[in-house]
Amino acid sequence: MAEKPEKSVLLDIKDLRIEGYSDEKWIEIVHGVSLTLRRGEVLGLIGESGAGKSTIGLAAMGYARDGCRISGGSVEFDGMELTTSTEAELRVLRGSRIAYVAQSAAASFNPAHTLIEQHVEAPLHYRMRKRTEAQEDAMELYERLRLPNPQEIGFRYPHQVSGGQLQRAMTAMAMACRPDLIIFDEPTTALDVTTQIEVLAAIRDIVDQFDTAAIYITHDLAVVAQMADKIKVLLKGDEVEESSTIEMLEHPKEEYTRSLWAVRSFKRPQKARPGGDAVPVVSVQHVDAAYGQTKVLDDVSFDIHAGMTVAVVGESGSGKSTTARCITGLLPPTAGKILFNGEELPPSYRNRTKDQLRQAQMIYQMADTALNPKVKIHEIIGRPAQFYSGLSGAALKARVDELLDLIELEPSQYYNRYPPELSGGQKQRIGIARALAADPTFIICDEVTSALDQLVAEGILKLLDKLQRELDLAYMFITHDLATVRAIADEVVVMRRGKVVEQGPKDEMFTPPHHPYTDLLLSSVPEMDPNWLSTVLEERGVDNVGEAANI
Amino acid sequence: MNYFVIGYYALLIGASCLAAFYGRRSIFMLLFSLTLVSFVVGIVGGESALWTITLCAGALALSAGTAYAFREFLVNISGRETAKALKTAPLTAAFGMFVIFTYAVMGIFAPVIAPHGEAEVISSAFAPPDDTMLLGADQLGRDMFSRIIYGARNTVGLALCATLLAFFMGAFAGLLAATKGGNLDQVMGRIADVIMSIPSLIFALLLLSIFGTNLIVLVIIVAIIYSPRVFRLTRAVAGNIVVMDYIEAARLRGEGDLYLIRKEILPNSTAPLIAEFGLEFCFVFLLIAGLSFLGLGIQPPTADWGSMVRENATLISFGEITPLIPAGAIALLTVAVNFVVDWMLWRSAGLKE
Amino acid sequence: MGDVLAIILKRLALGVVTLLVISVLIFSAVEMLPGDVAEAVLGQSATPENVAAMREKLGLDQPAPVRYLSWLSGAVTGDFGVSLTSDERVAEKIGPRLVSTLFLATYAAVIAVPLAIVLGVLVALLRNTVFDRVANVLTLTSISSPEFFLGYILILYLAVKAPLFPAIASLSKDMSLPELLHRTFLPALTMVLVVTAHMMRMTRAAIINLLASPYIEMARLKGAPAWKVIVRHALPNAWAPIINVVALNLAYLITGVVLVEVVFVYPGIGQLLVDAVSKRDFPVVQAVCLIFAATFILLNLAADIGAILTNPRLRHPK
Repeated sequence: MAEKPEKSVLLDIKDLRIEGYSDEKWIEIVHGVSLTLRRGEVLGLIGESGAGKSTIGLAAMGYARDGCRISGGSVEFDGMELTTSTEAELRVLRGSRIAYVAQSAAASFNPAHTLIEQHVEAPLHYRMRKRTEAQEDAMELYERLRLPNPQEIGFRYPHQVSGGQLQRAMTAMAMACRPDLIIFDEPTTALDVTTQIEVLAAIRDIVDQFDTAAIYITHDLAVVAQMADKIKVLLKGDEVEESSTIEMLEHPKEEYTRSLWAVRSFKRPQKARPGGDAVPVVSVQHVDAAYGQTKVLDDVSFDIHAGMTVAVVGESGSGKSTTARCITGLLPPTAGKILFNGEELPPSYRNRTKDQLRQAQMIYQMADTALNPKVKIHEIIGRPAQFYSGLSGAALKARVDELLDLIELEPSQYYNRYPPELSGGQKQRIGIARALAADPTFIICDEVTSALDQLVAEGILKLLDKLQRELDLAYMFITHDLATVRAIADEVVVMRRGKVVEQGPKDEMFTPPHHPYTDLLLSSVPEMDPNWLSTVLEERGVDNVGEAANI
Repeated sequence: MNYFVIGYYALLIGASCLAAFYGRRSIFMLLFSLTLVSFVVGIVGGESALWTITLCAGALALSAGTAYAFREFLVNISGRETAKALKTAPLTAAFGMFVIFTYAVMGIFAPVIAPHGEAEVISSAFAPPDDTMLLGADQLGRDMFSRIIYGARNTVGLALCATLLAFFMGAFAGLLAATKGGNLDQVMGRIADVIMSIPSLIFALLLLSIFGTNLIVLVIIVAIIYSPRVFRLTRAVAGNIVVMDYIEAARLRGEGDLYLIRKEILPNSTAPLIAEFGLEFCFVFLLIAGLSFLGLGIQPPTADWGSMVRENATLISFGEITPLIPAGAIALLTVAVNFVVDWMLWRSAGLKE
Repeated sequence: MGDVLAIILKRLALGVVTLLVISVLIFSAVEMLPGDVAEAVLGQSATPENVAAMREKLGLDQPAPVRYLSWLSGAVTGDFGVSLTSDERVAEKIGPRLVSTLFLATYAAVIAVPLAIVLGVLVALLRNTVFDRVANVLTLTSISSPEFFLGYILILYLAVKAPLFPAIASLSKDMSLPELLHRTFLPALTMVLVVTAHMMRMTRAAIINLLASPYIEMARLKGAPAWKVIVRHALPNAWAPIINVVALNLAYLITGVVLVEVVFVYPGIGQLLVDAVSKRDFPVVQAVCLIFAATFILLNLAADIGAILTNPRLRHPK
């Protein structure tokens, strides 16, 4: 990031207030945020979910989603006040001078038209170029964004193109009219780490090349550190602090900003396997599985010992969740077997005994869908205790209270409530309590922290660790987040396309030499260092990251 | 030109100007387009057409007032949660609830309200309305008003029975298919497809031609024809719930299918199922009314709205509105139920977002 | 394109199978008569001799599967046997009436389908305005009213009070087209009112459903004006549900006309069915039911194929 000379102010937001409509009244969700952006400057907006990042991003285009409205303050874009402009005046800006790149490119491209058709829509609409010129320009942009087959890819439909490529095509589309400002709204959040890196590189290059100003919205500090000149931290619609990227990383002023760093500091000592010929709690042996004709698991084997955490790592489609489905018996394997304390489990859960079912429990990624919204908390937690141990009346109530205590929620407060009344972290805790109620020896944690904000996730990880120590539980920890793996795993299993690529104790897995895929995975995880992206690209070469990587 | 016509246009134009002045764009557009329509209608239909419009507007205002008052009444007598939900009800839904309430009273207390028996011949055929007969007499000299009141009991009661039967068969099968899955689901789905690919009125006519028209047969036939609709909806709603993680958790716990249906699926599908019940009732009600109109439904001398339309149809060519009254009674109830269902669907869709 | 062809062929096969199952159903429904057809038809006047004669005439001495096959092979070639009440060939009885019904249905469809789609798009564009609410109430009222209610209202106001159109749609062969259209205007209008309302609501719902999609927001953020968002970005993705509802309503136009035909004494196939049902003329009932069911299945098939052809995912496989 070279020092840039002071340029003229492009966007000036002052005391912006936005209200959202819920429960039949308007509630303020953004409480007076101000920001200035100069030409060619990139501002990172960072905050947890509900911080109002996207809402502010859209307000910079004078746009409010249905159920939201800008209730105060001013948004001045290049001398034009957007909050008082008419819809027609705003429309002229959108797409031509301010462009938007959405989080999910797959959902944000219209499935009925080809990429290039959508690309040329704005230039044609504003009569900036003729169709053939606009198409040629699109192909040139595709090439600059390092999309494969730039001459041809535009004539495909969105469903024919992969997620990382779509995200780059959307960036190209945003560039179509050479706007002064682009809003990037979490453009890489939905992507795998190895894909994320190539999209980041492409976005950074093109923004540099055209000297476009940008607002980069994300919840991931390490990502924003690569992209932004300065960073603004938001918390629940309030601004916390703003400073240049380097300043922010080295000397965060506010407590909250510091806590965002602290998140990744949780680490527990690594445990070794029990010696001798201890029988593993769960032993997956040469398991193959298929959905219909498509084979999804190929010769998967690993062991999980009592009291240990085995992290299963891989990108989407690597088969980690499928492995969990095989262990629980939801998807009977086509070959191989699963041993529980040395005994072979029946392949389907329907044929397992009540005790076998009780011993292995599961915690889910989305607490929203894992808890029945129409059942009270005490019933959700109480049912397994009642079902397996036959508890009832006062004994059942005592057990529920004990479980609520274990997960650090005040029993009297939560006993009679319904899941939708709780926050994400609290719901996840209830999910944990339901698993504990069965008194299991083994718990599968399926991406339990990935839907949560970092601080909350930290709390859940600490809780899981405490419970493991107290109850001697074995965890199978499915995740794509290597930071989480570093924090809690004893052993690591790396999966790719249904196969185990590499496995072993954590410390060995995190020290070179690695299997090339593990290497790619590890090197693709963004780090807090603002020069990380440049360094990686230098080391690996721009053409050897992500989908293009040679493994 | 007379004072009425002048007053009529003066009022409309004045109100339009007021709306425009106060910036109520949509109200202005509505009033002014009504003015323009009135010009056309007035030229074609003369003063009487304008009177009709005035009467319609009056009736509309009256029903809006009734609906508003009824909603306030319901809000006041119901508990806090229900009251909160009711407050969001649009006037159409409140009007629907009021109509349903009125019909229920009519049906339940028919013998008390009706001045004459449903099959009692009290005057000459097609006698005009007088002091004892509010709406005149029908083709046999029976009191039209009493027969309408009794019709609420007979027609609506029958439709309600058929709907309940269809609903329970369909919903149970749908829940079972969603939880069990596999072959059972496939087979039931195919059967539903086959039944639904025969148009309902035609299917009913075919079956009635064979089994004859008696009430129990009628109820069963209508229930069989409409249960696949309920089946499909329940299957779809339950299908969305069955893929939830909490169902998986319950399955992995070893819970049986009945527990899943009762404790996990049903509590989450009540809203769409109630709305579907309302829709289903409308379909069944219209089918039964149609069959009766064709002379193949409820048989005389039982008072029934569908057959009353047919029996008095000849009067229409003399410009009498008598046959329109039972037909209107049918339409009013279906409209009312649809208004309420529309609101409920809107609510359940709104809550999802 | 190979994939699409395979899917369409599969769908066609399914349609044929459904039709066969329904033909069995229609045939065996009559078999379920208490006693048999001969007794049912003769009713009060049944003596052992004439029942036996009737059985002979209907070929009831043969086993049911054989009779089914001969009925089906006849039906495929357009021969539905002989009417029980008038000794006419069923096909001759049905033929001209089927043409009348198809004429009426086409008349209504030509008006209703374009009108409904245009109005549906328009209402989607004006959503949450007063017009949208008024349209909502009007269409809901129109769908909820029984056809005979609408029919008699139209007769009362457009035929009796203001004698603009004839109340009874009597037809003769030598009428000119404009006269024909004038004569059948009221029944056609009744059907137009019902189906337009339904199609309009569904078109609106299909489009509004899509308006929450991220790609619609994207189109707005690219500066596309409201009409373009709907016409260019929402409509192409809404075709599948719209085609579906159009097919459903076309099927309704052909099969649901029974009540309308009775109200306007229109010499169509629906009237014939009602007569045949009350006279228990089973060959006619069976034939008409089969024709209706076949139309219904055919239109559903067309809708499904239309939906497949407008789906970009299927049209442009990976």
